Amino acid sequence: MRLCEHRYQSIGAIRSPLLIVERVIESRIGETVSILGPQGEKLEGEVLRIDGQTVLLQVFGETRGLDIRYSTVIFSDAVKKAPVSMACLGRVFNGSFQPVDGRRMFVPEKWLPISGYPINPVARARPEEFIETGYSAIDGLNTLVRGQKLPVFSCAGLPAREIAAGILRQARLSGGGDFVVVFAALGLTHREYSLYMEVLQAMRGGFVAFVNLADEPVVERLLAPRLALTLAEFLAFEKAMDVLVLVTDMVNYCDALREISTSREELPGRRGYPGYLYSDLASLYERAGRLKGVPGSVTMLPVATMPEDDITHPIPDLTGYITEGQVVLSRDLHQRGIFPPIDVLPSLSRLMQRGIGEGRTRSDHRALANALYRHYARGRELRQLEAIVGREGMGSADINILSFAEAFERRFIHQGEERRTIAQTLDVGFALLKEFALEGG
Amino acid sequence: MKVEGRIIGISGPTVSVDCEGLRLYDRVVVGRDRLCGEVVRIERQKAIVQVYENTLGLAVGEPVEGLGLPLTVKLGPGLLGNLFDGLQRPLEALRAASGPFIRSGYDPFPLDCDRPWQFEPLKGVGDTVASGEPLGAVAEGPFRHLLFAPASGKIASLNAGEFTLRQPLGHLEDGTVLRGWQEWPARKPRPYVRKRAPEQPLVTGQRCLDFLFPLVRGGTAIFPGGFGTGKTVLEQSLAKYADVDVVIYVGCGERGNEMAELLDEIVSLKDPWTDGPLMERTLIVANTSNMPVAAREASLYTAVTVAEYYRDMGLHVLLLADSVSRWAEALREISSSLEEMPGEEGYPTYLNSRLAGFFERAGLVETASGDLGSLSMVLAVSPPGGDFTEPVTQACLRAAGAFYMLDTALAHSRHFPAVHWGQSYSLYASELMAHFAETVSSRWPELVSRCRDLLLREQGVREVAEIVGLEGLQDADRLLIRVAERIRRDFLCQNAYTSEAFSTPEQTLNRISAIVDAYERASQRLEDDGLLDEALAELDRE
Ligand SMILES: Nc1ncnc2c1ncn2[C@@H]1O[C@H](COP(=O)(O)OP(=O)(O)O)[C@@H](O)[C@H]1O
Ligand SMILES: [Mg+2]
Repeated sequence: MRLCEHRYQSIGAIRSPLLIVERVIESRIGETVSILGPQGEKLEGEVLRIDGQTVLLQVFGETRGLDIRYSTVIFSDAVKKAPVSMACLGRVFNGSFQPVDGRRMFVPEKWLPISGYPINPVARARPEEFIETGYSAIDGLNTLVRGQKLPVFSCAGLPAREIAAGILRQARLSGGGDFVVVFAALGLTHREYSLYMEVLQAMRGGFVAFVNLADEPVVERLLAPRLALTLAEFLAFEKAMDVLVLVTDMVNYCDALREISTSREELPGRRGYPGYLYSDLASLYERAGRLKGVPGSVTMLPVATMPEDDITHPIPDLTGYITEGQVVLSRDLHQRGIFPPIDVLPSLSRLMQRGIGEGRTRSDHRALANALYRHYARGRELRQLEAIVGREGMGSADINILSFAEAFERRFIHQGEERRTIAQTLDVGFALLKEFALEGG
Repeated sequence: MKVEGRIIGISGPTVSVDCEGLRLYDRVVVGRDRLCGEVVRIERQKAIVQVYENTLGLAVGEPVEGLGLPLTVKLGPGLLGNLFDGLQRPLEALRAASGPFIRSGYDPFPLDCDRPWQFEPLKGVGDTVASGEPLGAVAEGPFRHLLFAPASGKIASLNAGEFTLRQPLGHLEDGTVLRGWQEWPARKPRPYVRKRAPEQPLVTGQRCLDFLFPLVRGGTAIFPGGFGTGKTVLEQSLAKYADVDVVIYVGCGERGNEMAELLDEIVSLKDPWTDGPLMERTLIVANTSNMPVAAREASLYTAVTVAEYYRDMGLHVLLLADSVSRWAEALREISSSLEEMPGEEGYPTYLNSRLAGFFERAGLVETASGDLGSLSMVLAVSPPGGDFTEPVTQACLRAAGAFYMLDTALAHSRHFPAVHWGQSYSLYASELMAHFAETVSSRWPELVSRCRDLLLREQGVREVAEIVGLEGLQDADRLLIRVAERIRRDFLCQNAYTSEAFSTPEQTLNRISAIVDAYERASQRLEDDGLLDEALAELDRE
């Protein structure tokens, strides 16, 4: 602990959002600082790099108006922490944890460092309890379980928001019970945000929102998901709640990271994103999970809009390498009026195997899922062949598979506004296999 | 020799210190929380230390202490069955000390010092031993765990019977204390008498690998594949079913839940070859993606050092790493925080030589005690965007003896393991053929070439079908397509979640011979009476 407050007026350079302070004694890496502007405006910042007595700071918020001569930097001697409390429930905050819902700040129960600590792998409990989302393409073929991180990969113009909102509205834990939703809105437009808020207000289990809209400081876009996850961990592991963390849109997060990285003059990696993008994303996604001997859970649902519909773009690519599967939306299905337009072939839930079957969903679930996959994959393959040789060149068995694939999309994947229980989902699947006399039914 | 100093600068995981007398790769204790670090660069006024733990909150001016020793791995009985992080900190002990989340600054000893062992000496007082020669043995699970002399000399005293790792076993005449454990620098390969050309197969229990692309004990293999192509499932299947004595599994920059999953399964499963508990032969090094990056870089070296140690006892050791790409990325992150000149895609220019050096640690060797021990490596590679032309895949390709290409299209149609039979290869295949012919069946070589041939011909026929349609094909070609489909679905595919997850070479052979023989009969039938439907029915008859 320092005995007196450290104040400096020795700013050497300002390169928004970075600031260089000279002749600083004993600063800490990651230390939180306050910056007082010439007009008395107050900003927050963080120590990025220290070289002897020269300190590089990253400033959160609007740096316009800062100057070298009159601005003051105050070092706090502590790393960035978030105030947490049950009183956060039902509240809306900005990317620096200030209330933006017109109500007063709550009294924190405690302060926790926002970067969190890595979960010890031996302390992790395997996620295995089924979550019913009401969507057949997910519940039947890419099952979500409690404590999983499962992103939605969308394309510009596809209804990712409707699906995410649908999951929020419909998701049920296998033993009953509701989720608390922690929502991080990153770089959204005001309209998108309002649509989400309508859904959140109606959540039975309650919600907390961290909002950084498109016109708000980019640096806070890096903080908002960390605040959200810090609070989620608190609610889950200290208050035994089942928390569903919705983060949208991860592309805005990554772009913010790229912007900041460039201003720090770091070496750019693929498509200009920093080389540490994988580790940075992992430091968010890996915070989902369950702990042995502790009741709560953090389930994570990030949404990423794939730039140029390209799944090999670094953002979906690195996300897919970290998360436990992915739900991939398809422009083709969407154009054919199918909702949710989930392409089940590239979609995957890596934790499905443990979450289904006797005692979880139904004993015939696995066999059905395997059969549906096999026949549908075959149907899609034949569809390509059909495009070349036409239906005339195909045998009756192959034509049957083609018709099955079509019916599968129209009747199993497509469900419009209807919410299906897992039993209904499986029944639709079996009915299809039977109708087309395909094995596995 | 210990030296002291202070922190003068911090940038991400690297810290500059004003400590004099440090040597390159010396281990350094950094800050009041006593974080672990290693000297990576020395300049006139300062040294740069790479810190293996989270540096957040570390302050300039905090003390540092150079220990005068490199980063080492502690080797002794009782390692198997445990989980460690990349710096060999035992994760269960860390959990007991700091709860479910990992905090900085804890450094529990990796070995259990209170566990009693029965020491059975192989040498006696007055004998001379050479450094690395076995002094005696203890029973670690099913293994005879050899304890090696730390230096050469004449034995002045050597106890027998029960001891713990706290107690010395004896000493040499020059005063060197003989202990039940030793330290070895992680980055330095352990010595052996000589390397031998590997010749015994390493049976994996995966039909597709054992039959088409077999592996050898002492060999190396890589399998690159985009996300979701089944790398982790394959690595874990090998951990469970491979025919080796000891398995060292490194979760290098991958998911925490996968470690929990592997642990869960290993604890409950039996070794299919010996029927003993799998846990007794397994050691897991877990440095997941959210754990400090520098320790991820170290994790591979920690693991390979332990692997060599068991190899030195004359055991067959398999090192599995998921994935080397994350290791290379860690190297890149460290290199960029040192502001080194980047090479291709930002990786340091020494990526290739480091990887080659690592692969070189595999092999079949003659040990100091005259036994044969082997260290095999099967490494997952995660190419960005599934693009195999990237530097890490290419560097691994140059060094590895077998290449299993995992294909995204196969994975999307749920063909697992998604090993592409056309693109993959094993340089060991032809040598091992004779071995399988001798130990399993004389039909092995013939069936392998039949199987390859059918798959290859199907490829050609499919190209024709794209022009004329399936209906336009000749009957013999339609039969060929059907048999190839059966080979893919009933032979190459192997579901990791069912009882067929493991297949002995005999079962593998029976399965393929049933399909090939049915095809022979069906072809004959077609030739005899020209009825395709009859022939197809014959093909499906068991
Ligand atoms: N041999 C297999 N049998 C059945 N399913 C498999 C097999 N291999 C992979 N899978 C499926 O593929 C998914 C992804 O596999 P994984 O090994 O995690 O991929 P990667 O590590 O390459 O990202 C698994 O969750 C599982 O559903
Ligand atoms: Mg994997």
